[in-house]
Amino acid sequence: MTESILKLDHVGVRFDALRAVDDVSLDVKRGERRAIIGPNGAGKTTLFNAVTGVVPPSSGRVVFEGRDITRAPPHRRAAWGISRTFQITNLFPSLTVRQNMELAIRGLTPRKFSFFGLPAATDEERAQADGALTVSRLASRADSAVNELSYGEQRQLEIAMALAPNPRLLLLDEPAAGLSPAERVIVANIIRALPKDITIVLIEHDMDLVLSLVDWVTCLNNGQFLAEGTPADIRNNADIQNVYLGKARHHA
Amino acid sequence: MAAPISQAATPTYETRRRPSRVAAWIVLITVALIALPLVLPSYQVSIATQILIFGVLAMSIDVLAGYGGRTSLGHGAIFGASTYVVIYWTSVLGGGIWTGIALGILCTTLLAAVFALLAIRTSGVYFLLLTLALGMIVWGLCLRWTSVTGGENGLRGIGRPDLIADHISFYYAVLLVVVPVTWAMWRFVHSPFGLTLRGIRDSESRMRGLGYNVPLHLFIAFVASGFFAGVAGALYALFNNFVSPSTVQLSQSVAALLMAITGGVGTLLGSFVGATLIISLENAVSVFTARWPTVLGLTFVLIMIFAPEGVVGRARILLSQRRKRQSSRALH
Repeated sequence: MTESILKLDHVGVRFDALRAVDDVSLDVKRGERRAIIGPNGAGKTTLFNAVTGVVPPSSGRVVFEGRDITRAPPHRRAAWGISRTFQITNLFPSLTVRQNMELAIRGLTPRKFSFFGLPAATDEERAQADGALTVSRLASRADSAVNELSYGEQRQLEIAMALAPNPRLLLLDEPAAGLSPAERVIVANIIRALPKDITIVLIEHDMDLVLSLVDWVTCLNNGQFLAEGTPADIRNNADIQNVYLGKARHHA
Repeated sequence: MAAPISQAATPTYETRRRPSRVAAWIVLITVALIALPLVLPSYQVSIATQILIFGVLAMSIDVLAGYGGRTSLGHGAIFGASTYVVIYWTSVLGGGIWTGIALGILCTTLLAAVFALLAIRTSGVYFLLLTLALGMIVWGLCLRWTSVTGGENGLRGIGRPDLIADHISFYYAVLLVVVPVTWAMWRFVHSPFGLTLRGIRDSESRMRGLGYNVPLHLFIAFVASGFFAGVAGALYALFNNFVSPSTVQLSQSVAALLMAITGGVGTLLGSFVGATLIISLENAVSVFTARWPTVLGLTFVLIMIFAPEGVVGRARILLSQRRKRQSSRALH
C-alpha cells in the first residue's frame, strides 16, 4: 500500500508570466483515492495536464511508477497506464457509444493499425467495453449515438471510456461538473464502485461529494500547495475554509 | 431514384441496411457499369471513363476530408505528379507503360509523404493553406522546369497499348482498376484504422489521452490517400495522353474537392455521384460558354448554401428520417 505510483517533484507550469502551477510536490500511493481541491484558477486542471502530458511542465519532474515521464507525449503516458476524463465533455459525438468504447479500448492494442480489417469488435473487445459500460451504468445505451445521450449519460461515458483500457492511474477532472444533485449521486456511486486496484486522483468542486469518496485530499490555491490531509482534517482546516469555502463569518 | 423503402416498415430501429438490398444494389450497379459502353456513343463512354478516374481522385480527398477532418487543396498536384511521371517515363525516357504506372504511383506516394510530414500537424484553414501552397510549388516546378516538363507546352504521351487503345476497351480496363481500388478504399475507411480517423476528426485531445499517436495516424492516412490519388493520376495519363501544368494546377484540386463535396463528404462513394454531376455539367456548359470556371464557382456556392452535406449525404439524412418516422408509426 505504501508504494508510490505518482510523484510530482516541484512541478511548475508557466504560461508566460502566469504561474498556473507553482512548485507543487505530491506523492500518490498505489490504490489511493486522492482528491485535488481548490478554488477556480487554483491550477488543478493544469496539474492534470502536466501529469497527462497535454502541457509539459516548465520545471520539476513527474514520475509514474518510478519512470520519469516529464517529457513524454500523452499517447505514451496512456500506454504506460495513465487515463483521464475531461472537465468539459470530450467524446466522439458523431459516433455511437459502442464506437466510442472501441476507440477507447483499441488505443493500447495493435488493432488500431488494422487497415483493412472488419470494423466489428472482437469478442474480447466487446467484453471489455461491456464491463466498463456496466460499471458506468450505461450498458443499456450501448447502441445509441453519443449526441442522443443526455448530458448526465455523456458524463458517465466520459468515465467508461477512461476506464475501458484498464488503467492503473485514473484522473477524473470534475466528473460531476454541471450535473443535477440526483445525477451527482449516480456519478459518486460509480466512482465508489470502481475497482480498488485503480489509483484515482479526482478534481472536484462539490466538497460533500469529494470528501465522501477519497481518503486523502490535497488543496491548491493560486497554483501553490496549500494543505493536505484526510477529509476530516480538511473539513476542519481554517486556511482551506478561508480560501475555498469563503471566509467564515464571525457572528453567525 | 425510387428505392422500395415503403415495404420495409420494420418495427425495430433499423440502423443497418439489410444485406439482401445491398446485394441487389451492387448487382444493379455492376450490370449498369458493364452495359454502359454498349448503349452510349463513344464520346459519352470516354466521359464515363473520366468520371471513374476523377471519382477515385475525389474519394482520395474524401478519405482525408470526410474521415480525418482534413480538407486538402493539394491533391490535384499529387494526382498530376503521377500523370507527369508516367508520361515522362514512357515518352521521354522510352520506358514501358506498366513500369511507368508503377513508378508514377510510387513517386506520388513519396510526394504525398513529404506533403504529409509538412501538413499533418496543422488542421482547419492552416491545413487547407499549407496543402494549397505545396500544390502551388509542384505547379511552379512543372511550369518552370522546362527541360524536363516541357513547361507550358507540356508533354505528349506515346498513346495507349493496342489492347486498350479504343474508348470501349479502355473504359473496361479503367473499370477493372477502379472497382478493386474503390473496394480497398471502402475497406480502409471502414476498418478499425478508419475509425481512428473519425475519432481524430471528432476530438484529437481525447484520442491522445486514449493512447493514439495522432500525427502518425494522419500521416498514414495522407500517404494512403496520396497513393490512391496517384492511381487516378496514372489512369489519367493513359486517358489524356498529354500532361501540362494545368493538370497539377489549383483548379484541379478545387474541382476534385468539389466533386467530393457535391457527392457528400464522409460518404466515400458519393465521390462518384459528385464526379458524374460536375463532369456532366462541365460538358453541358462548354457547349454554350467558355466560362466553365465561373459556372464551377457558382455551383460551389449553391452547393455550400443549399446542400452542404452533398447529394449522398442529403439522401442518407432523408432516408434515416423516413425510417424513424416509419418505426415510430409502427410502434403506435
